[in-house]
Parts: sequence; structure tokens; C-alpha cells
Amino acid sequence: MGKLARKVALVGAGTSKFGQTFPLRRIPEHWTDAWLNAVATVDNGIEPKDIEACYVGNYSADLFNHQGHLGPMISSLVGLNPKPAPRFEGACASSGIAMRQALITIASGLMDVICVSGIEVMTEVPTVGVTDALATASDVSFEYTAGATFPGLYAAIATAHMHKYGTTHEDLMRVAIKNHINGKENPYAQMQRSIKDLMERKIAKIKGAGGEVPDWKDEFDYLKSPSNPPIAWPLHLFDCSLVTDGAACLFLASEDVAKKFTDNPIWITGTGQGSAAIAMHDRSTLTALEATVEASRQAYQMSGRGPKDIQIAEVHDCFTIAEICAMEDLGFYEKGKAVEAIKNKDTYRDGVKPINTSGGLKSKGHPVGATGAAQAVEIFKQMRGIAERDRQVKFDVEIAMTHNLGGSGGSCVVTIYEK
Amino acid sequence: MSENENENEITINNYLKYLSEGKLMGSKCKICGHVDVPARKLCSKCIKPENEWIEMSGKGKIAAFTSINVGTPYFVKKGYDRKRPYVFSIIKLDEGPMVSAQLVGVDESHPETIKIEMPVKVKFLKVEVEGLPEKVDLGFEPA
Repeated sequence: MGKLARKVALVGAGTSKFGQTFPLRRIPEHWTDAWLNAVATVDNGIEPKDIEACYVGNYSADLFNHQGHLGPMISSLVGLNPKPAPRFEGACASSGIAMRQALITIASGLMDVICVSGIEVMTEVPTVGVTDALATASDVSFEYTAGATFPGLYAAIATAHMHKYGTTHEDLMRVAIKNHINGKENPYAQMQRSIKDLMERKIAKIKGAGGEVPDWKDEFDYLKSPSNPPIAWPLHLFDCSLVTDGAACLFLASEDVAKKFTDNPIWITGTGQGSAAIAMHDRSTLTALEATVEASRQAYQMSGRGPKDIQIAEVHDCFTIAEICAMEDLGFYEKGKAVEAIKNKDTYRDGVKPINTSGGLKSKGHPVGATGAAQAVEIFKQMRGIAERDRQVKFDVEIAMTHNLGGSGGSCVVTIYEK
Repeated sequence: MSENENENEITINNYLKYLSEGKLMGSKCKICGHVDVPARKLCSKCIKPENEWIEMSGKGKIAAFTSINVGTPYFVKKGYDRKRPYVFSIIKLDEGPMVSAQLVGVDESHPETIKIEMPVKVKFLKVEVEGLPEKVDLGFEPA
């Protein structure tokens, strides 16, 4: 495993407001919002002339928007033509991969400054089209024909995990409850409400309509009620991330020029990317994601850090079970032990190892191709101490991680950040 | 090369053709003996192109499953919906490999009654849906 030939810093980062809007905000609106928000975070300013390329992470504008060839489209909106504008695709890991390739390009000495774009506008097609487009990130010949949806694949992981380690429905619920509590504090999140808020709102609505008030003592009762219908058992509505439109923008700079943009660069000290068979039935285990294990092994080795050094992490919680698997596969906890940490609230914002302070994909939203870059935006904010509302962790974050999965774990990118 | 010369080639088309004849076929490596299902051209273990067809017993156990309420457009066309869920499963065959398949003959609306490691046997599911070509999908049912 090699090292980076020179240091690379994150010097600016921002997202658009994630969500679903009517009328639809399309690709140009989301992307330019993200660009402007990222530009605003660069202490000494950044202009198109400072940037040598635009690396675009996008899963499938082809299916969601009937628009291919997204690279030059994105770069032209922010004055980056005629510079190179490649697009990277790795399902939900697309912009994690774009960021990693930008990092490698800069470390190689070829370029000094690259703009990374992550973007997905998913709601331009009806829900059935969204389900279908996402399902093409599975093995279309053998999983799709057997009926696999994306929630279905992670639900299968959940049943295997429950069988092997005794993980329960309540454990899954705890992940969702925590991530919604965080998302409430994120003004860029799609769903800025805790599950308790949603429960109380529902009770008020039923009362208002003169109906029989449900006997819900807490969020668990609410999540066991018909208000949380099954999507792919054992996963219910609140186990699933959201269908989201959004974009994220990152500015990466070499150590030779980073100081021009800021006195407080966030250094990327470790990167790793792993892969696994796209079809889950072709893998050696169903209870761990081998691409995560491999990507994190590379990132730990490059940075010289280990799981205990990571103070906060944004992990890929496309489904609640995915956060539990990530906590274990990244080496934070032994297999089967993550649920104890969740019960202890260790991964809450005020816990010993905060995870998904942004609200995660669960509450912040999951515009698939934008997610990897958006995770880096949260880490940038937490390490700078500029996370909005009450979301900032109460200690100085020196070392952090992002974990970005593609599909049911066929691709994974892990990145380590240090001040 | 004529089409006939390809008749025995390990391709997805030929795998599906066997499936339509009621045969679950894998491939067995002549060098290392590893078995892959669905059949594939290169052995997944030694990556040598010396695989030959081998018919599976069709017996196995449930490795993972889910009862799906919001299905793919294909399964929606087959008549499944929120009130009529279907079960997607990953089956570990007695011969070793795992396959993805619909699990039938179980209570889809009460998935807690379905157990991992439950023995199952292959069932070839004839698809006859208006607007879809007639075909056979791989399925399993309790043994």
C-alpha cells in the first residue's frame, strides 16, 4: 500500500438544501446552490480561475433525469470549461469515488486544485422509476429478477445479522431515533424532525380530527404502529433513507497552494476503496460488507491511524442495519457488539463516538450520487467548529472519517481527515 | 462460428434456457473442482476458463430473506403489492454456492414464521403474465 506523494487538503465544502421540492429544483439549481455554499466557506475566497478540473460524482442522471454526459454540464455552470470534467459512477459511492480520484490526481502532482461535485436529482421520475433506477445498482440478471429491491437487499442482510448476532427490531429503531435527533439540527437536512416530534405531530393530528388517541408511550411504540409500515421486512419506513434531491461541492488543494485559501486546512490523510461481488449471493458473508473492511484497512494503513483514533464519523446509513454493519466493519466495534454501543448512546452527539451528526442519510437525505461528498461537508463543518444549530460536537475534532457505500456494498470508499 | 457451436457455451442465455427446462445449472471447474451457481465462464475461485455444466440437486437452506411490500416493477406486474408481499431470499445450496430466488409456499404476510436455515427445495416458477414474455424464474419452497 502506497502513500500519497504529497499532502492534500479540503479547503471548502458545502451542500444545497436537501429534499423534495415542488416545483422541482433541477440539477443546475442544486449544483449552483452547493457551489455557492462551498465558496462561502473558503476563508480567502476561491474563483474558477484557481480550479484546474471539476470531478463529478453522479449515479444515474441517465435514468433519473434522462441526462447523460453530466461532467461538462456541471462544470459549465460554474465557469470551469474548458478544463477537464470527468464523471465517476459507483452507485451511491459515486462522489466518494470522485473525491478519492481528485485526491489522487492532486497528490500525483498533476494538478493543485480540483472542485468535486456530487449530485443527484431523484424526484424528476415517479417513485416506481426511482425504485427501478436504484435496483439497477444490484445484479440485474439474478437479483432483480428474483425480486430484490434496495431495501430488500439490506433487509436480507438484516435477517442474517439478526440470526447470527441476535440484533433486534428495537436496535434498528435506535439508529433511526438517534439520526433524526441529529437531522433536526441540520438546516440542510431533508427531514428536520425527531421521531418524537413526528409522533407528537401525529397524535395532535388524530386529536384534531376527533379520532381515538393512540396509546404510544415513546418512539418505540410509534415505530411499532401502522404509522411505520413494512417496506421490506424486517425493515420498515423509518429504517430507510429518503428519496432526495441534492448536491454537494468540495474544494481540494495541494499542500503547496492550500495556504492561499485558508490558514485552517483539513488534511486528508487516508483514503481507501474496496469492492465486492455486486450480487450478494456471490459473497462469502452476508453479515459483513467486505468492501468496507478493505477500504478502511487501506485508509487506516495510509494514515497510520486505527479505529480508536477516529473521534467522529459519517457512515453510510442508507438503512438502519447499514449503520450497524459499518460500525462493526470499520473496526469501531467487534461483530455483533455495535448494538450495545447504540443502546449506551455512545454514538449520540454527546456520546464517546458520535456517528452521523449530520442526521445521516436517514434524516439528512440520500441524493445517492451526492452522498459521499455531502458526508465530507459535515466532517469539514464539525472539524472547523461551524456545524449549524445545536449540532456541533462539544470537543475539538482532530481526526474524523467518512464511509461511503455503493449499492448493497459492491463499492466502498473510506476517507480519514485530520487537522 | 455457427450458432450451434455455442450451444454448450456457459452463457446467461443458456443458463436461462436450462432454467426454462426445469434444470438449475451451475458450473464446475475441471481444475480446482469449485462450483459456481449461476453457471459462469471463469471459475470464481481460480479464474480459469475450464468450467463445465453441472446440474444442482436443488436442495438448500435459507441464508437470508425478506418479505417485500414495495416491490420492483417486474413483481408489481406479477401482481404483488403492499397487501400481497413476496419473499426474496438468498439460498445456500447443499453444493455450497448461494443463489438469489423468490421463496414461495411460505406465509409472506407473517415473515416472522420464516426461519433462516430452514431447508428448501427448488421450484421452477412459470411466469405467465399479460404483457410479459413467458419464462421460468428460479424459486424455492420449504422442503
